[in-house]
Amino acid sequence: MEVKELHAPGHRACPGCGCAIAVKIILRETGPNTIIVSPTGCLETFTSPIRSSSWEVPWIHSLFENAPAIATGVLAGLNSQGNPNGTKVVAIGGDGGTYDIGMGSLSGMFERKDDILYICYDNEAYMNTGIQGSSATPLGAGTTTTPVTGDSFGKMVEKKDMVAIALAHGVPYVATASIANLADLKKKVRKGMDNPGPAFILMLTPCNVGWGYEPEETVELARKAVETGLFPIVEFENGNMVSALKIRPVPVEEYLKPQKRYQHLFKNDKFEDVLKAIRKKAEDNIKKFGLA
Amino acid sequence: MKGKTAILEGSRAVAEAVRACRPDVISVYPITPQTHILEDLARFVSSGQLKSQFVRADSEFSAASIVYGASAAGARAYTASASQGLLLMNEVIYAMASTRLPVVLTAVNRAISAPITIQPDHQDTMSLRDTGALQIHVESLQEAYDAHVQSFRIAEDPEVLLPIFICMDGWVLSHSYEPVTVFPDEAISEFAGTFQPVQKLDPAKPLTYGSYADQDVLMEYRYALMLAQEKAREKIRSVTKEYKEVFGHFDGDLIDTHRTEDAEIILVAMGSMVSTIRAAVDELRAEGRKVGLVKVRTFRPFPEEEIIKACGKAPLIAVLDKSLSVNTGGILATEIKAAFYGNPVQPVIVPFMAGLGGKEVNRRVIKEIVDIACRAGDKQGPRGDTIWMGLDHGFFS
Ligand SMILES: Cc1ncc(C[n+]2csc(CCOP(=O)(O)OP(=O)(O)O)c2C)c(N)n1
Ligand SMILES: [Mg+2]
Repeated sequence: MEVKELHAPGHRACPGCGCAIAVKIILRETGPNTIIVSPTGCLETFTSPIRSSSWEVPWIHSLFENAPAIATGVLAGLNSQGNPNGTKVVAIGGDGGTYDIGMGSLSGMFERKDDILYICYDNEAYMNTGIQGSSATPLGAGTTTTPVTGDSFGKMVEKKDMVAIALAHGVPYVATASIANLADLKKKVRKGMDNPGPAFILMLTPCNVGWGYEPEETVELARKAVETGLFPIVEFENGNMVSALKIRPVPVEEYLKPQKRYQHLFKNDKFEDVLKAIRKKAEDNIKKFGLA
Repeated sequence: MKGKTAILEGSRAVAEAVRACRPDVISVYPITPQTHILEDLARFVSSGQLKSQFVRADSEFSAASIVYGASAAGARAYTASASQGLLLMNEVIYAMASTRLPVVLTAVNRAISAPITIQPDHQDTMSLRDTGALQIHVESLQEAYDAHVQSFRIAEDPEVLLPIFICMDGWVLSHSYEPVTVFPDEAISEFAGTFQPVQKLDPAKPLTYGSYADQDVLMEYRYALMLAQEKAREKIRSVTKEYKEVFGHFDGDLIDTHRTEDAEIILVAMGSMVSTIRAAVDELRAEGRKVGLVKVRTFRPFPEEEIIKACGKAPLIAVLDKSLSVNTGGILATEIKAAFYGNPVQPVIVPFMAGLGGKEVNRRVIKEIVDIACRAGDKQGPRGDTIWMGLDHGFFS
């Protein structure tokens, strides 16, 4: 059967783009009765060139820092007209637009309990502007603004914990998902849409250009992030964990080694502590969420 | 139509007008001296007098973004702000205008930090003058009420589709009490009509808003804003005229004039200061001095032709500014000078900085301005420096 993709092919994403894979699948689940909101970033750039949009659903981008507020406004606009068809509002934004510059706006959307599904595609850096570090860039990862040079080993501090931040706001549905498990991603999108009030889904979407690996390895790396324990697949309803994907943990090196952004960690003994910290992060996750 | 005249606070007059125009979505963030409008509207909505979606925002940036999203979804949308809040909205307003979203915004004019102050001047809205949003400056509480009623129709006209700022001086207008004639909500609602968007975010007809563009599109978007502001000129005129026919009030269309016919010096200004100038002009006329006044009501679209026509053959013009473009001078004066470029009549234009940061401008100051301008007119060429009224030179020693 041929499916009409609501995120149409022919867009300008790089080959191997994890975000592009995710968005196609997300839209299969949201269906056409959905309005999508995106902040500035790769997704906006590669999908929306004027006169060649790849969006087959209504889509709106305004600025980098305001996607959650735009989404709130769209919802208020729909509700003010009675929203007779029950159209849903879904925001899809990058880590920069979510963890950093859009944080205030997202916090407002969470606090108001607006009925919006917010999905973050986390490629762990500002990719659209050429791989600068964001607060989602993990410890030890090299980017152009967390450079690897001298004693600097890339990002010197840990990544922000977005799941905890969403939970701290009392967001009723919070989950993580992976492009290595599309059925699970779809199921969570559905739950996030059906759940009244705000929902937050965090997806790790590898970026071959920014992370430095071959395009065909995108899904495999997404899988390894999960299997190492570095990106736990978890789900919370009303603050309670309702599911956590069990793993048979593999060493973090299997995830880190194929990526250029972590190469320095394996070339110089002085970064052994960083590797240790990354291993510990995986172990802590496994313990915290009971993954193994 | 007969209205009811009551002593109202300026903010309340605005809130009354906004309520009667029935915006579908309201999102406003608190900032002095705008807050009374926000509080009045919050009460109207929670008491059921107004059926709007009232959305608390986490910042002005978000408030502007919320009404942006609402407008794109086809809703009539309203916000208000002042000073730092307007500056925080700046990026959103540019995108809003270019996306052609007709949001109505009350700008309660207040100075910009630093030093932080809550005094009124026009620096805040002037900082947004190039966004594409329309800007109407009002002089009185009655005009604030009238202009708000008119604003939705002007902004939402299919040939205009631009955000509109109704600019009113903080405190002097927002917090003062004056007799204001308000009309029954039903009559105002009928006049204001409802928003009929030409397009909106709608799954039945999926559109992409906020596209990425390469080099061949942005200039066209900007040019379209120029055209839309031209259309707004006609629209402002026709709506104010119709308002006069229905409600009997007329505050001027793009400009208003007072005793300009045979004037030898004309004062040009915007906002609440205009009322003070009116009184001063009458007093000076009584002394036999040929003084006139041009009130610039719409700063955007800028009424070049109207100003030139109103100034006629007057040899001298004094422009009173409440905003500054550093190293160039008063912003209104700069635009007035530009308007006269190439005009057969070339008056001497003397720019005054009067009222920046809330510095006192009373009738005495106005008369001083007239005297200074007359003296300067004798010796000063058209490129005269800005004269700063009430500047404390001791501050710099
Ligand atoms: C206010 C503002 N600051 C900075 C930028 C430049 N900018 C555009 S996209 C982007 C990075 C986006 O990063 P992210 O949200 O992680 O999305 P990605 O590009 O990685 O998909 C930046 C910094 C901007 N457009 N607006
Ligand atoms: Mg990113």
